[in-house]
Amino acid sequence: MKINILAFGIAKDIFGSPEVTIDLANDATVSNLKYLLEHQYPRLNHLATYMVAVNNEYALDGDNIHERDEIAIIPPVSGG
Amino acid sequence: MGKKQIILNTEIKLSVSTLNVQDCVDWVMSPETGGIDVFVGTVRNATKGKGVVRLEFEAYEKMAVSEMKKITQQAFAKWPVQKILIHHRTGVLQIGEIPVIIAVSAAHRDAAFDACRYIIDTLKQTVPIWKKEIFEDGEVWVAAHP
Repeated sequence: MKINILAFGIAKDIFGSPEVTIDLANDATVSNLKYLLEHQYPRLNHLATYMVAVNNEYALDGDNIHERDEIAIIPPVSGG
Repeated sequence: MGKKQIILNTEIKLSVSTLNVQDCVDWVMSPETGGIDVFVGTVRNATKGKGVVRLEFEAYEKMAVSEMKKITQQAFAKWPVQKILIHHRTGVLQIGEIPVIIAVSAAHRDAAFDACRYIIDTLKQTVPIWKKEIFEDGEVWVAAHP
C-alpha cells in the first residue's frame, strides 16, 4: 500500500519535502515504517529521537498502519 | 487566524498574528476567580551566548491542538482551576515577541500557579510545535540533535 507521510521541522528538511510517499506491506507496523525511512533517509538516525503519529496520536512501534491513515514524523518538539 | 478550539472553560488557539496578554487575562477572568496565573514566553536574543536574529515556529496544527487539549484536561483533573487558555504562535517571531501565553484562573492561587507550571512544562515535551533559531551565520531546529 502507498502511504503518504507528513514531515515537520527538521524531518521536512531531511526528506526535502513536507510530504513523501512510501510503499508499505499491508500489515506494516510503525516499526516497519521507521526501518524503511531510516534506510532511505539515514539522517533520521542522527536525531535525538523521533516519534511517529498515526491519525494525530503518538503511535507505538508495534501499532499497525492502515491505508488512508494520516501518518506524520514528529522530530523532537520545541514549542513554548 | 489559525486553529481555535473552545470547550466550555478552555480556549486553545494557534495563531499567525501577535498574541495579546490582556485579552488572555480577560478571557479567563470570571466573578468566581480569586487569582489568575499567566505565563508569557518571549523570544530571547541569544542561545548559549550566540546571538539569535529571529525564531520561526511550525506546528502540526491539528495534532498540536489535540495535544494541548489533553494537557488542559489533565490540569482540570489535577487542580481546582476554573478556566484555562493556551495561545501559541506560528510563523516568524522577532526578539521580544511572544510565542506562547498560558492563563489559568482559580478561586485560590496555589491551583493556578501549579496548573500553569504543569501546562507549560508538558507543552514543551509533547505538543508538536517546532522552533528554528536563526543566527547571523546559520540556523538550527532546536532540540533536534543530541
